[in-house]
Amino acid sequence: MSQSLPQAKVTSDVEEICLAYGNRPDALIEILYDIQTKLGHVPESTLPVIAEALNLSRAEVYGVVTFYHDFHLNPQGKHVIKICRAEACQSAGGFEVIAALEKALKIKLGETTKDGKITLEAVYCLGLCPMGPAALIDGKPKAAIKPNKVNALVKELA
Amino acid sequence: MMVKVYIPRDMLAKALGADEVAEAIAKEAKTKKISVQIIRNSSRGLAWLEPFVEIETPKGRMGYGGVQLGDVKALFAADFLNGGKHKLSQGLVEEIPFLKNQERLTFARAGITDPVSLDDYISHGGFVGLKKALTLSGAEIVKEVMDSGLRGRGGAGFPTGIKWKTVQEAKGDQKYICCNADEGDSGTFADRMVMEGDPLMLIEGMIIAGIASGASKGFIYIRSEYPYAIDTMKEAVAIATKAGWLGVNIQHTDKSFTLEVRRGGGAYICGEETSMLESLEGKRGIVRAKPPIPALEGLFGKPTIINNVLSFAAVPFIMAKGAKAYQDYGMGRSRGTMPFQLGGNLNQGGIVEKAFGITLRELVEGFGGGPYMGKPLRAVQVGGPLGAYLSADELDIKMDYEAMAAKGAMLGHGGIVVFDASVDMAKQARFAMEFCAIESCGKCTPCRIGSVRGVEVIDKIVAGVDRAANATLLEELCVTMTDGSLCAMGGLTPNPVMSALTKFPQDFGLPKKKKLAAE
Repeated sequence: MSQSLPQAKVTSDVEEICLAYGNRPDALIEILYDIQTKLGHVPESTLPVIAEALNLSRAEVYGVVTFYHDFHLNPQGKHVIKICRAEACQSAGGFEVIAALEKALKIKLGETTKDGKITLEAVYCLGLCPMGPAALIDGKPKAAIKPNKVNALVKELA
Repeated sequence: MMVKVYIPRDMLAKALGADEVAEAIAKEAKTKKISVQIIRNSSRGLAWLEPFVEIETPKGRMGYGGVQLGDVKALFAADFLNGGKHKLSQGLVEEIPFLKNQERLTFARAGITDPVSLDDYISHGGFVGLKKALTLSGAEIVKEVMDSGLRGRGGAGFPTGIKWKTVQEAKGDQKYICCNADEGDSGTFADRMVMEGDPLMLIEGMIIAGIASGASKGFIYIRSEYPYAIDTMKEAVAIATKAGWLGVNIQHTDKSFTLEVRRGGGAYICGEETSMLESLEGKRGIVRAKPPIPALEGLFGKPTIINNVLSFAAVPFIMAKGAKAYQDYGMGRSRGTMPFQLGGNLNQGGIVEKAFGITLRELVEGFGGGPYMGKPLRAVQVGGPLGAYLSADELDIKMDYEAMAAKGAMLGHGGIVVFDASVDMAKQARFAMEFCAIESCGKCTPCRIGSVRGVEVIDKIVAGVDRAANATLLEELCVTMTDGSLCAMGGLTPNPVMSALTKFPQDFGLPKKKKLAAE
């Protein structure tokens, strides 16, 4: 992803994204999403570029990037599984599914597999509460996940 | 003749395979040379029947529930396109008791229309309220909303009309309308379903708020966990703008209103209104101290109406049918209907829109059919992660803001999560504290540090370290968080914790029932 891109290209991409929002500081979160969509994460090298464009301090931009769970300073896995940890999914066996996922992937929540393929993240409610446990897998929703289906699910991604 | 087949485009339907089923039906029909029109409608909110396929027949729409890829060939064999019998048959959709026994005002179009069809919306009563509002003064609209008795559906239950009046009377060169669609409470999904299923209704409600208060600009702040709601709202805003319902000189009047969809960053705290404002301004979602109230100094310091999705969504009905028609539903000071959301361990989850005053038992046993897999119900959490746990013997409580508050519980956003006998309530209490620690914005100490200490103290109680003393400590900590927190995050986290501790002490290894100080 971004590692393969030269810094000059990253800088011009980021400047372009900021400009698309009229360099408005209130659009910072939208800008960060667009950067993340383009680069896979929000590399630290982009922060001064954003700060300059929006007339903010670097600290302010860093503060926003690190406040929100959605933004990542480092690359994530090729695939991202966001599994719900909230109450409604708990009542339907959500923690068992999480345990099965951790076992199948040999990682804990918040980690990425050694081969960089799959990141496992916690999410707190996807609004699929009557049919838990639920997850977002590469942005696609999945509901009523059973622990014994986890291996098949992981295999699909591998 | 072309057969109309309805398959929801709702996120839950998709999560259970609706897209694949739609594709398979289209393919099979093509192979069999049958002409079908597949309409991706909104969801009826009968969650356990998703993907719920409906066929238009002369008798009405026939439903097939829980359709999986493997069922498609058999459905064709059973002549489902003519309403033929199959093991997944649900009969006439309108006759399904779960649906028939509801009082749907906000969800009146759910499952019936195509969410992004302007024609569908208008032919099913859309924009009637806005047209009426365009003929009225701001004060007249505010009075109608006030008279309806509508209270904020986000959880706090503050009278919507009073909020609107404050903004309408406030002085300001620019005012804003903000829709709080950061529906982060576990067990709630009505906002999502409105945005994905009837986005034009939300837009209509927000335009009416704009006309009433003199605000020309609105924002819809949607959590990123709802990707389909974001896409659908953006699409609906574009459609409404193109058709002249949004923008300059709405329907050739002198009124103007524009709308922008904004994504949240995955922070639960941004559902708190002042934190949401910070986020909309592009900053960290740190809670603001009140006063000043957002109605006077809100977004960018300007007078701002902030309402939940369901509050705005109730307004078109109120304007179209009149305050009294809405007011006629409900009990006490809770007027109108509430789209309750049944989730967790239930046979039949989904949306149940009923007038306030229905009992929790009618909802979870009557509509919900109790927990699945046969274990008895043990606890119900109402109102999201900050709501109290109710025990199985408290189910006769009436769903009404005041009746719930009198029991130390809260209605919140109407989310109901059911747990069966396998639940460990000490774990639930610990999770409430842990969740607060993860999601606290960090501005005030009781919330930021209290939640971390809360997890530690509960761990000690469960491990059997000085149980009685630590239980007392936990109670004191909860009092500090309740009294000392800046917003509801730290202030209400004690609700699930203390209700679990008081009603289920045995799960903590504590012997006898403790009494709440308030009792």
